[in-house]
Amino acid sequence: MNVKLILNIAVGLLRARMRQSIVAAAGVTFGIGMFIALVSFMNGLNQLLDGLVLNRLPHVRLYNEIKPTPVQAVERAAKYAGHEHFIRSVKPKDRGKEIYNSQAIIKAIQADPRVVGVAPKAITQVFYNTGTIEMGGVIDGIDVATEDRLFSLSDYIIEGNLQDLATVSNSIILGKGIAEKMMLDLGDVIRVTAPTGQQGTLKVVGVVQLGIMEIDNIQSFASIETVQKLLGQPSAYLTDIQVNLTDLNLAPATAKEYAALYGLEATDIQTANSQFETGSNIRSIISYAVGITLLIVAGFGIYNILNMMIYEKMDAIAILKATGFSATDVQYIFLALSMIIGIAGGVMGLLLGYGISVVIDNLPFKTESLPTIDTYPVYFNPVYYMIGISFALVTTYFAGLFPARKASKTDPVSIIRGK
Amino acid sequence: MAEKVLEAVGINKYFYDPVKFQVLNEVTFSVTHGEFVSVVGKSGCGKSTLLYILSTMDTDYEGQLYLDGELMSERTPKQLAQIRNEKIGFVFQFHYLIQEFSVLRNVMLPGIKLGRYSMAEVEHRAMGYLKTLGVDDQALKMPNQLSGGQKQRVAIARALINDPVLIMGDEPTGNLDKKNSDIVFDIFQELCQEKKQTLLIVSHDPDFAQRTDRVIEMEDGRIINM
Repeated sequence: MNVKLILNIAVGLLRARMRQSIVAAAGVTFGIGMFIALVSFMNGLNQLLDGLVLNRLPHVRLYNEIKPTPVQAVERAAKYAGHEHFIRSVKPKDRGKEIYNSQAIIKAIQADPRVVGVAPKAITQVFYNTGTIEMGGVIDGIDVATEDRLFSLSDYIIEGNLQDLATVSNSIILGKGIAEKMMLDLGDVIRVTAPTGQQGTLKVVGVVQLGIMEIDNIQSFASIETVQKLLGQPSAYLTDIQVNLTDLNLAPATAKEYAALYGLEATDIQTANSQFETGSNIRSIISYAVGITLLIVAGFGIYNILNMMIYEKMDAIAILKATGFSATDVQYIFLALSMIIGIAGGVMGLLLGYGISVVIDNLPFKTESLPTIDTYPVYFNPVYYMIGISFALVTTYFAGLFPARKASKTDPVSIIRGK
Repeated sequence: MAEKVLEAVGINKYFYDPVKFQVLNEVTFSVTHGEFVSVVGKSGCGKSTLLYILSTMDTDYEGQLYLDGELMSERTPKQLAQIRNEKIGFVFQFHYLIQEFSVLRNVMLPGIKLGRYSMAEVEHRAMGYLKTLGVDDQALKMPNQLSGGQKQRVAIARALINDPVLIMGDEPTGNLDKKNSDIVFDIFQELCQEKKQTLLIVSHDPDFAQRTDRVIEMEDGRIINM
């Protein structure tokens, strides 16, 4: 089999139908280009939307929950063992939100090889006071360095500097909604009231916008020490331990393990946010479906053009067969024809897809809720380009296969005698 | 006794559409090396059908066919294609040059396919044949720039490129005027006499046939005179 000769003949035939060949290749180019642009853009959006919530969330969160004691006193009494217990009006027991023995737990978790980082938190509800107005809210007391490392909090700081929380004592970074409503700016002072009744005066060193308005209207950040001081608690007081793992998928198992081990409530990121994954999956499926449809349509274009070409080139097929080209050779010639269109169109499609992605990536996209985003998000992933080109080759192969087989089965005698 | 280039033994062929009809009836004959044979007969006598069976392109027949001493029946289509490439040159009524390739390239194609010679050699040989046939000045033109007679000469050059043991023609002068017909005939005769090229030409032109070495006459699927 002479590959070079077959390719040569294929190119020759292609040149005779240059315009149609270009149109066919353009179909593939458009299909692949759109597929890549669409999938990249969709996944960029997915990552953005997921990141909006998921990046801010720990993989495993340990905390104390207010709930009734699982084993009531009467059940422990030997006297009533084996009896039915009817207890009315059970009230939850307030063990406090504090995690006992928190330092030891943090140390133990940090030693776990699956763990990337542990960020302790002291969360408290507060009232923000201005004049006679009181606004409810939450202050997260955070370990500034760890929080920034694990959850890139500084990305969301729109005014001021996250590091100032650690260096300036009695400082606070306000949620954007609060800052606007209370007309506060950097350097201003805000009075807050803790649930225990204690009041504190905190200096505003920054404004944070997490991008979800309801949260930005209540959420502020301070250092752990500031919150502890506000609540009048000792320096071991923590309400949450946030853990990030090396592998997100380990979260459910690890959460269960820690809950049992430390006697705390534990939630994992999957359970807490299952809806995000569903949304991402559906968006991906839609973009793949549209992209693949485009490619299949391009495939039909190639099929049509090759079919037409075969009818036009019956004479050439007949003489090739008469002068010693076998049916297989003829089939390869037309397959090669199709694949040349596919490869040329496919490579152009990759470039087109990349081009469109770059354009989208540079389109300005300003929105109030997303302070860190200036342009539309695009996820550049070589995998999409691989899928695109493979699918182009497969489609053009099959689009070419049927006409090629028809050509290979052509009986030269009937054509030559028909003249 | 010269060797037999082509031998047909008891060839029967039927058409089934619309009704079973015997086109060839026990056709037996042979062609020896260096002969210039023509097959004549009225339209529909089966002479073209016979030619396509002899050419190995039509495999749906009964009987034995020997080409260059080898049995052709029972071979795979792929082997037959190889044999056609190597041993048979065709000249049809219509030139069948591929429009997308230059004249030279058209002549070279079967040679490149055979792969016996290097590319440069095939080109050299093709130019040689084009020169013999007086169309070497047209080598780089496209087929549609040539006259009918020139095209047919190019087709003959293409038939010669692999030094076939046999050249077959199906009305090769059918589309040509008297002058060009004579040129083509002279070329065939020259090939036969000077290069000992064996030729088997189907024709319904009695003038053409009479000037060949031997005339096989057919009627109603039988050879009536040879």
